[in-house]
Amino acid sequence: MKQVLGDRKSILILIGPALLVYTLVMLVPVVWSLGYTLFEGNAIVGFTFVGLDNFARMLTDARVHEALWFTIRYAVVITVGQVFFGYLLSLLYVFVLKKSSGIIRTLAFFPVVLPTVAVALMFQKMFEIAPQNGLVNEFLNLFGVESVDWFGSSGSAFLVIAIMDIWRSMGFYGVLLYAGLVDIPEDVLESARIDGASGWRLVQHIVLPLSLPVLLSSIIFSINGTLKVFDSILALTNGGPGTSTSPLTIYMFQTSFTYGEYGYGSSIAFLLTLLCLVVTLFIFRSSRRDLTKG
Amino acid sequence: MTITTTRSRRLLAAAAGAGITALVLTGCGGGGGGASSTPKEFSVLTNAENTEIPDVLSTLSDDQCSAENKTLPLDLETVPQTNLDQRLQLLAGQNALPVMFSAGNAPALTKTLADSGNVLDFEKALTDLDAIDNIEPAAISTIESLYGGFNALPFEYNIEGIWYNKLLFADNGVTVPETWDELVTAAETFNAAGLTAFSASGDQGWPITRLIGNYIFRTLGPDALQKVADGDAKLTDPEYVEAAQAIADLGAAGFFGKGVGSIDADTAANQFMNGSAAMYYMGSWTLSDFADAERNQIGEENIGFMPFPSVEGGKGDSSQLAANVGLPATFNAKSYDDNVGAWLDCISENYGSTALSEKQRVSGFKLNTPVADIPPLTAEVQERIGATDETVLWFEALFTTKATTTSQTNAAQLVTGDLSAEEFMSLVQNDL
Repeated sequence: MKQVLGDRKSILILIGPALLVYTLVMLVPVVWSLGYTLFEGNAIVGFTFVGLDNFARMLTDARVHEALWFTIRYAVVITVGQVFFGYLLSLLYVFVLKKSSGIIRTLAFFPVVLPTVAVALMFQKMFEIAPQNGLVNEFLNLFGVESVDWFGSSGSAFLVIAIMDIWRSMGFYGVLLYAGLVDIPEDVLESARIDGASGWRLVQHIVLPLSLPVLLSSIIFSINGTLKVFDSILALTNGGPGTSTSPLTIYMFQTSFTYGEYGYGSSIAFLLTLLCLVVTLFIFRSSRRDLTKG
Repeated sequence: MTITTTRSRRLLAAAAGAGITALVLTGCGGGGGGASSTPKEFSVLTNAENTEIPDVLSTLSDDQCSAENKTLPLDLETVPQTNLDQRLQLLAGQNALPVMFSAGNAPALTKTLADSGNVLDFEKALTDLDAIDNIEPAAISTIESLYGGFNALPFEYNIEGIWYNKLLFADNGVTVPETWDELVTAAETFNAAGLTAFSASGDQGWPITRLIGNYIFRTLGPDALQKVADGDAKLTDPEYVEAAQAIADLGAAGFFGKGVGSIDADTAANQFMNGSAAMYYMGSWTLSDFADAERNQIGEENIGFMPFPSVEGGKGDSSQLAANVGLPATFNAKSYDDNVGAWLDCISENYGSTALSEKQRVSGFKLNTPVADIPPLTAEVQERIGATDETVLWFEALFTTKATTTSQTNAAQLVTGDLSAEEFMSLVQNDL
């Protein structure tokens, strides 16, 4: 093995194809898109150089501000939800269900493999009010509560998005964190128990600090995924009502491909990239501190 | 041993190389499926809501245009209307527009496509084919005023207005309203009787913004939105905001029923046709829905048509019908050749009669084969078109793609009260 990896040619052969494909489908478009931020126009009418106009426009565009704020809100709420419920699931697997957690793990993981659009359609039907009440409204009616037009106002639409996306991916984080938890040496837990730690105290002082690295990875993973959310919202609310649940990605897509402003769309994409970068750096920075040392 | 290793390495390298080449070739070959030059199929892309053009074209391909279909087989594809503009821009950017496609949601897009040489000049093409007489002159003039040239074919020629359920009107003692106030009073009556007064799709948005446009034309006259397009007036001017407010008031009173933002085009049509809604603002293209006996439970004979009513003291009146060519389809100039020309010739000659007999559709094509047994409602539409001297367009007809999208995506929020009339109008004005 050492011999193979020590040979430059074999390294080239092993990495080359993947690198080439990556360069073609990722790096080239990224650089290309960066170039577009200085231009305006589209593939039909051609491009004109506008310098930094797109960025100046972004500063005063109320829709960008609205979309940015929604993206941040969405990322924070969904990340907290996904990781929190995922962690609860993993604790359930390890400490309650123990060896018999297989079936529950599979069931909780199941939504992850379902196509996003199918899940979104299911939630649309569940929270429907017209032409007939969905499951949720029927349930509310049972208790004498009036039907709610869930997709009619931004607050309730956001709630449905949050419920759907947390339900859809908590199983994944459950498994990810479960892998971290089973790595905690049994003897450490055993000695803590002998010292009298149990329940919440055991989790707080032993489990949480020891599973911190994988928890942190989950958060980075989740926040970067949620900042770039596109398909689930597009399929569930299409950014509506109005534009109140449009994240930056949907606004970027509309600007580029509906309004035909590739340059401005690329500038919005650049803003999103910066946001991801800042958030990741922030999390990495804060993780350097050792939280176990108070 | 060394020889074998070297050989297998070379083999591996060759295999990797071949793999990469294949990948690159498939990657680059993706866009080549378009029909920019010498088409092999008569590819047609229409908005999914329009089931009629595909149906009539299929009929033609089996019948009058079967010879053309043999040389250039018909290939149909649809896309939801809300995604149409996106798809057209992407395809145009890749030089991959189909031979025939639904013109954009916003006429401005068709103008852009025409300016960049993607849209056929029908004036020239049909004159060359000696088939220009197959198109009604009135339809050509409507298209020219909307699209800045004869850039689309009038697969439909519509008037718009309010369709009403005669039985529900009679049962509730309501007479056909002639003024806005009477319309509101009628809506109150239906609302009190537990019916949906207006069936409208907030998901599509435009059935609601159409009402705003009509109200503007009735109060400020037929040139009111041209003034906005020319910059001589703003949508945020109080007299324009008044129109949005009038429609918002309908929503606040609950006249559109529950969950208007989630109601799609089909559901809105069904609500009217199953008798749960009393009125339905729509273009005459909906006649083909009414003719569908399975969907239409109230019966064609129980449906009446009224123009959008006059508003007291307004400069416009209800005789100025909203007329348009629907969402027309056009041809790709870059893939136009003799075979496509043969299809165009055949369509222009036969579409009018086939659409009328099969779908009760009044189109802008002349009727070259007489059609017998025209249903009364269709005959009434034809009559009204003939009797109308002055027509008006719709709210977003002269707006940019962006303003059109903004207007239609926010319409539902206007009637649910999440946006005020001022907010709605300023959002649209900002994107003009």
